Amino acid sequence: MIELGDVSRRYDEGPPALDNVSLKIAPGEAVAILGPSGSGKSTLLNLIAGLDKPTNGTVSVDGVRVDQLGEAGSAKYRRAKIGMVFQFFNLLDDLTVADNVMLPAQLAGMSRSEAQRRAAELLNALGVQRHAKAYPGRLSGGERQRVAVARALMNRPALLLADEPTGALDTASGEDVQQLLKDLHADGQTIVLVTHDLALAQTCATRTIQLVDGRVANDTGMVVSGDVR
Amino acid sequence: MSALGKVVRSGVGRRRVQTVVIGLVVMMAVTSAVLGGSLMVASSAPFERAFAQQNGAHLTAQFDAGKATAAQLSATANASGIVASAGPFRTATVTPETDRSRKLPPITIAGRTAQGGSVDAVTLTDGRWVAAAGEIVLNNDGRMPPGMVPKLASRLTLPDLPGSPTLTVVGIARTVSETAGGWVIPEQIETLAAAGAPVGYQMLYRLAKPDTTADVDAARAAVQASVPAEAMTGTRSWLTTKLHSAGNTVLLVPFLLAFGALGVLMAVLIIGNVIAGAVSTGTHRIGILKALGFTPAQVVRAYTVQALIPAIVGAALGMVAGNILALAVLSDTNRVYGTSDSGVTPWVNVAVLAGALAVVALTAWAAAARAGRLRTVEVLAVGRTPGPGRGQWASRLSARLPLPRPMTLGLAYPFARVLRSATIVAAIAFGAAAATFSVGLGSSLNQVQATESHGDVVVLPGRPMSQSGPPPGGGPGPGGKPPEIDHAAVVKAIAAQAGTAGYHSSTETEVSVAGIADPLGVSAFTGNSAAGAYQMVAGRFITGAGEIVVSTPFLTATHTKVGDSVVLTVHNTQITVRIVGEAFNPEDMGMEIVTHAGTLAGTEAELRGTEYNVTLKPGTDVNSYVADLNTALSGVEAHAMPAEDDTAEFIVIVNALAALLTVLLVTVAALGVLNMVVLETRERVHDLGVHKALGMTPKQTISMVIASVVVTGLIGGAIGAPAGVLLQRLVIGEMGRVTGFTLPDAVVNIYEPGQLVLFGLGGLVIAVAGSLLPAGWAARTRTATALRTE
Ligand SMILES: Nc1ncnc2c1ncn2[C@@H]1O[C@H](COP(=O)(O)OP(=O)(O)O)[C@@H](O)[C@H]1O
Ligand SMILES: [Mg+2]
Repeated sequence: MIELGDVSRRYDEGPPALDNVSLKIAPGEAVAILGPSGSGKSTLLNLIAGLDKPTNGTVSVDGVRVDQLGEAGSAKYRRAKIGMVFQFFNLLDDLTVADNVMLPAQLAGMSRSEAQRRAAELLNALGVQRHAKAYPGRLSGGERQRVAVARALMNRPALLLADEPTGALDTASGEDVQQLLKDLHADGQTIVLVTHDLALAQTCATRTIQLVDGRVANDTGMVVSGDVR
Repeated sequence: MSALGKVVRSGVGRRRVQTVVIGLVVMMAVTSAVLGGSLMVASSAPFERAFAQQNGAHLTAQFDAGKATAAQLSATANASGIVASAGPFRTATVTPETDRSRKLPPITIAGRTAQGGSVDAVTLTDGRWVAAAGEIVLNNDGRMPPGMVPKLASRLTLPDLPGSPTLTVVGIARTVSETAGGWVIPEQIETLAAAGAPVGYQMLYRLAKPDTTADVDAARAAVQASVPAEAMTGTRSWLTTKLHSAGNTVLLVPFLLAFGALGVLMAVLIIGNVIAGAVSTGTHRIGILKALGFTPAQVVRAYTVQALIPAIVGAALGMVAGNILALAVLSDTNRVYGTSDSGVTPWVNVAVLAGALAVVALTAWAAAARAGRLRTVEVLAVGRTPGPGRGQWASRLSARLPLPRPMTLGLAYPFARVLRSATIVAAIAFGAAAATFSVGLGSSLNQVQATESHGDVVVLPGRPMSQSGPPPGGGPGPGGKPPEIDHAAVVKAIAAQAGTAGYHSSTETEVSVAGIADPLGVSAFTGNSAAGAYQMVAGRFITGAGEIVVSTPFLTATHTKVGDSVVLTVHNTQITVRIVGEAFNPEDMGMEIVTHAGTLAGTEAELRGTEYNVTLKPGTDVNSYVADLNTALSGVEAHAMPAEDDTAEFIVIVNALAALLTVLLVTVAALGVLNMVVLETRERVHDLGVHKALGMTPKQTISMVIASVVVTGLIGGAIGAPAGVLLQRLVIGEMGRVTGFTLPDAVVNIYEPGQLVLFGLGGLVIAVAGSLLPAGWAARTRTATALRTE
């Protein structure tokens, strides 16, 4: 489903953020990307999301050459295929919880009422329905991340990308989100998860990839239906 | 201090848009203020200087020699409000002819033994003062072309008087108060009186309170009350003379001052907005500066200087532009009115410059004061987003609109920052008001201009000249005798010509009117289309002999009103006529009398400059009409030509200036919007990143940013268009006031409702224009980078 071929990403100064990374991720996998701060984890995720372009190499997702998409193309690609969850939630502070969740669908052209129905469904499923009309500033960290996950799932993405989803949460909320991701994976959601939280990786992921200085240092390998290939 | 300097420099460099906006807005305000101020000074300064030097007469009164004695007139010096007087001087009205038998217009000459005195100390510019009978000193008011002024030692003949007495020109003088057209020794007047010239007395007064028309009128009434009834036959106020001396320049002043005021208000808004914005996006920077040991005063100063640098550059450019424009405008009026003022007035420049920079400094300081007050700890702790804060209701409301989500997101933007949005609304309103105002002003002036076009085709006596255009005034050239013309034949030819809708002929002469010292021009009409030639303010147009139509300045000067009768004196014949209407007729500064040709029948009026004005049926081709009519006129000493609708230079100047200043104001308004949107996108860069991560395309981003200025633009336009109408009323009213005219509805009410809607939408256009560039920038924001901002 995801295929990176010899991907490098260099910035003007400093060593490359990613250095000749090649990897494949199959549908249904839950992959945790581990590594110390600055090792290129977020860069990798951004490349998969089409938010950033590699300096060299190819990125394809579901047969789409993400590295070759233009601005509009990559926006439409994200709408269709990607849901994103961030460490600091990135909820829009001036929109209500419901409006935040509805936004990706509305950007994709879904009518307001239809988006409302789907958002209510998701908020319900994630247990934050009662905050639908509140503003994100009023919610706890764990609740905010649940809202963020709901928003990421709004367009039924083939791929859920999460960048340190528990990084800003206290232990209890972190475990809560951990459970949520685990449940999602159990329902068949493909997940790529960036974290340096080993517990999170172990609970949620079927595979871990270790990045060090922009290179893949260790990869536990593709596991589908419990088999190690 | 060098650290502060560095902070300022990097601040200016980092904010290119803001720097340009400040520079431009200051430049535009300074340009119009310098131009307005210079013209205001230039239009009154030379007159006031000369008037003061000559102890000018605030009030000149003319008396009937048969109804008041010299002693009675001397006693008027004691009337209340009079501080000094001269006279009584004997006067006579004569119509001289030069030695080349060129007829001059009638003039009033006064008998005075000396040029000096406590009132109206006439300046001798050439020759000497009169000393003996048979001598005359002529007043050169500067309006006669230099070649037309009679030379020293030339002889003037008075052919109207028995024996055609002659006077030798021994001097040329100038009375700023315009008390007389010439001076002779007092005994000379007695000789002329004996020969039958109309004579009278003249008194010159200086007043304790001369400043307003009401002041002068009060003094006039006091003088009138102290002489026998009906003895006073005419007066002249120095205010009228002053107005005439300034010419059209005085008309530019109200409108330039309006633009100056708009410019200054705009500058305050934009600069305040820019600096406040810089402070709000720079809170973090400010916190760091303070943490490094900058005092609050230093921080405020840094931001103030940041505004002052571009403001100084803008002000310097504006000064240069203002002076260049003033020179251009004045060289034009100098040529027309024979005045000579360079237009560069140092103190105006200094005052405007100092004023502009003070306003900028004060505004910037006020806007930056918040930066000084911010507590360092708070500043450093400030999060990146403004928080949900205000405007949630707008956000919820707009979310329900049946529009694409990016647009409804943008629509709610302005409500999150109400104060900032309000200043931008004001800036857009100013832009829309300026556009509305200057288009309206242009239409008004074109209406004024239209009052001077009296038809589609003119027929003039004589053969067509090889050069283009008739001589000014349509009269015969110097020394030439008007060709004899068979008027009946001309009328017959015009009436018979296919395509003629109507025609009228007009002819010019001068008459004297009780109450006015100088002879007045008369336009006498025959024919059937004259009624369409004038815009009426009150009453109706003339329908036959014995009726006249005049303009407001005439009514004011003669203290008459529509319905009154006045006596016109043509040589020695007196005709009583009735004022049947008040028209808007700028001819002769509004002193021209319009009447039917029959009124003057049986007088010895010298009719000059006869012309026929023909109105054509719709769809008639002017050129072929003229060709056909000329064929028909081949046997008559007359020729037809298309009426020239050359726009007066003055109107061209006003329109060009208004267009220039409007473009500047609108540009500044659009730049103000641009600056706000840049600020907004900078503040929302993180949200923009989130939107993109959620799948917002560049097009959707652009539509969101443009939608964010729609409400501001609509409100700005909705306020600006009516404000522009008010401003147009105010300025046109002021122009009417300074010139003494009541303006007809057609000149004042020039906006159609549909037009107003368009001007209102102009606000939206300004807003959208200003948002286009930053919308594009926002669409290109690097998402990954934006999301890293944490
Ligand atoms: N926009 C950028 N400009 C310059 N350097 C960057 C940028 N984004 C990331 N980097 C650098 O790339 C490297 C990897 O960053 P990142 O992928 O964010 O690491 P991680 O998420 O693993 O902590 C770091 O050294 C970081 O400084
Ligand atoms: Mg990271």
